[in-house]
Amino acid sequence: MAKTESGREIPDKFAAQYGTYAGEFVNIKDYQRAAANVHPVKPHDSKLLSSIHEAIVATGLKDGMTISFHHHFREGDYVMNMVMAEIAKMGIKNLSIAPSSISNVHAPLIDYIKQGVITNITSSGLRDKLGAAISEGIMANPVIIRSHGGRARAIASGDIHIDVAFLGAPSSDEYGNINGTKGKATCGSLGYAKIDAKYADKVVAITDSLVPYPNTPISIPQTDVDYVVQVDEIGDPNGIAKGATRFTKDPKELLIAQYASKVITGSQYFKPGFSFQTGTGGASLAVSRYLREAMLDQDVHASFALGGITNAMVELLEEGLVDKLIDVQDFDHPSAVSLANNEQHYEIDAEMYASPLSKGSMINQLDVAILSALEVDTHFNVNVLTGSDGVIRGASGGHSDTAAACKMSMIIAPLVRGRIPTVVSDVNTIVTPGASVDVVVTELGIAVNPKRQDLIEMFKDLNVPQFTIEELRDKAYAITGTPDKIEYGDQVVALVEYRDGTIIDAVHNV
Amino acid sequence: MDQLRRTMMFVPGANAAMLRDCTLYGADAIMFDLEDAVSMKEKDTARILVYSALKTFDYSSVETVVRINALDAGGAQDVEAVVLGGVNVVRLPKTETAQDIKDVDAVITKVEAKYGIPAGRTHMMAAIESAEGVLNAREIAQASDRMIGIALGAEDYLTSQKTYRHEDGAELSFARNYILHAAREAGIAAIDTVYTDINNEEGLIRETSLIKQLGFDGKSVINPRQIPTIHKIFAPTQKQITKAREIVAGLKEAEAKGAGVVAVKGQMVDKPVVERAQYILALAKASGLEVD
Repeated sequence: MAKTESGREIPDKFAAQYGTYAGEFVNIKDYQRAAANVHPVKPHDSKLLSSIHEAIVATGLKDGMTISFHHHFREGDYVMNMVMAEIAKMGIKNLSIAPSSISNVHAPLIDYIKQGVITNITSSGLRDKLGAAISEGIMANPVIIRSHGGRARAIASGDIHIDVAFLGAPSSDEYGNINGTKGKATCGSLGYAKIDAKYADKVVAITDSLVPYPNTPISIPQTDVDYVVQVDEIGDPNGIAKGATRFTKDPKELLIAQYASKVITGSQYFKPGFSFQTGTGGASLAVSRYLREAMLDQDVHASFALGGITNAMVELLEEGLVDKLIDVQDFDHPSAVSLANNEQHYEIDAEMYASPLSKGSMINQLDVAILSALEVDTHFNVNVLTGSDGVIRGASGGHSDTAAACKMSMIIAPLVRGRIPTVVSDVNTIVTPGASVDVVVTELGIAVNPKRQDLIEMFKDLNVPQFTIEELRDKAYAITGTPDKIEYGDQVVALVEYRDGTIIDAVHNV
Repeated sequence: MDQLRRTMMFVPGANAAMLRDCTLYGADAIMFDLEDAVSMKEKDTARILVYSALKTFDYSSVETVVRINALDAGGAQDVEAVVLGGVNVVRLPKTETAQDIKDVDAVITKVEAKYGIPAGRTHMMAAIESAEGVLNAREIAQASDRMIGIALGAEDYLTSQKTYRHEDGAELSFARNYILHAAREAGIAAIDTVYTDINNEEGLIRETSLIKQLGFDGKSVINPRQIPTIHKIFAPTQKQITKAREIVAGLKEAEAKGAGVVAVKGQMVDKPVVERAQYILALAKASGLEVD
């Protein structure tokens, strides 16, 4: 067994293949950027095919290849299931799938794994039935969990070579100019799909809104697309982008948000031109509301807000409190509409967002990131992947990327969820190392990572209760009792890749 | 010095998560409800949960109050559980007469003796929710040495008065004033009724300002969101704080000199004024205002 810098044991064969995590920036080294194999399209050639079956045939998809999908349609996605059903019917086996993430609606993948159609998976996360099945050990090869920035890095560096990308397109013309802001089922930004289009050998656009040539704005250009297929429906609009994300009324979430907002406004980063990223959870969204009040009071406006965009951010943009939105993904309908209409709302790809091996990603310019956690431990390590039962039920997302790159990373989470402590002695699974985490915010108060003595000094007079992380853990355990260790089996069911490509933790079967 | 009772937050006794989280929001007192907020089939659950919560969680930052059921409807078992759990105050709902209080007092006295709990440690308060209760408020307030306060429960009271809540609160003015007088005569706290329209902040501000003006110690709350609003209204003014500070300084000076009389700027100050000044400073501190 090899050991990571955080002390996690990684089986030797995987350690040899990937390397083990040795520190946030130890493995940031020069590399040769990968490139796609291009089959040129000649004048008078048509890219339009009549069915997914025809597209699969045209791409030359064979046993053992790697295919990819994007997760911009979330729980409303029909594309992955549709394509996989056709592939299974055609008898193609032994595929690696590399979607940017996987949702609850993708439970049919379980059958394709059992049938041997899929033998490898890399994804940001796994949820629900598929997560449970993987945790039971239905796959011989471990799933590789990659962060959003880590996936972009893996594709750009050739660790993931995509043979065929099947990309759901809210609108496309018949020559493959795609955007996510027009059509029957809009998702806004196509930030994660753009990378697949750029690096995959074959790219198939699957759309239910075929529009006259040329389709603009061009999010994914015709120069990256081989084939276009029109289908009846690419997804359920309600599952893709709900109405305006609502602010929580839960008093505990509001309290956490208030504390988080005080931490931000009490920091040296809160000054004209600052930048921030929030998540989409109840408390995280509410932070932007309290932040808004402070921005108005103190006449501070932000230069940009980054990341997954929600209506809350759009409102700040429209109010002039944020100058620009930099958008890799939209979480609700108003933010997709804003991307279409507002010049200051700008779409970027995953590599520009968060890749550690790009020539500088946006998160490197980020002041404050507000992140969630299933668990955070006394070493400030964070788990966003496995539940208290050890089952995979979450996603890495941009967590480790933003935490490593921004100037102040904040984990906001309730101290206890139901009967389960959030602050613990050791997290089940490390996704983000403690080295990247600066402040933990709970409803009881905050804990600042002792490595950030500058923040401890900065928050000396902050009107928020402050504890050591051990004190927070003790308060959690006083309510829940000390949790028993999870009993895992011997099989590695998932490897958590750090953003730099090394393995930071291994998840075993339960 | 008087205990601060600006806010007394209702927490349904059968809601385990709220029993755990209720101290987070800064209420001065928490009232665990075993009565109306608990369905008949959950009465035992709630009693056991509240007992366990009192034994397990750290409620040292608040005054704990439990609203029991009527003695003949499980109230005696409620009293035994919560007194054993170490509750600060037992609250009797729908109090009509002084005898109601005496009956509960007798049960508490028995339970304290049974478990070797110091006699008199458990306090009591009465909720008055009917015309009869209002008219008997003086006797109720003085019915037991355990009594620390009376609270108005407006919903049932107004139904019995054949009216309902209005914006200006005129329908409650007799009950509020009478209860307040009874409380002040007995030297105990007066707590106003809940404001049930939790999304109407303006109405809450109006009502809280009114009851503060009348002289109430505070208000019952049903949602944590109401707490900061009420506390803000109860916060003393800078002028009050400055004056209170002078009086307390005078007290310290008098104590240092061994003098029996407190004087500020050559003027003698009465004991109730000194106590009021101490209360103002405590209020200022709880409101997050600079005291020293």
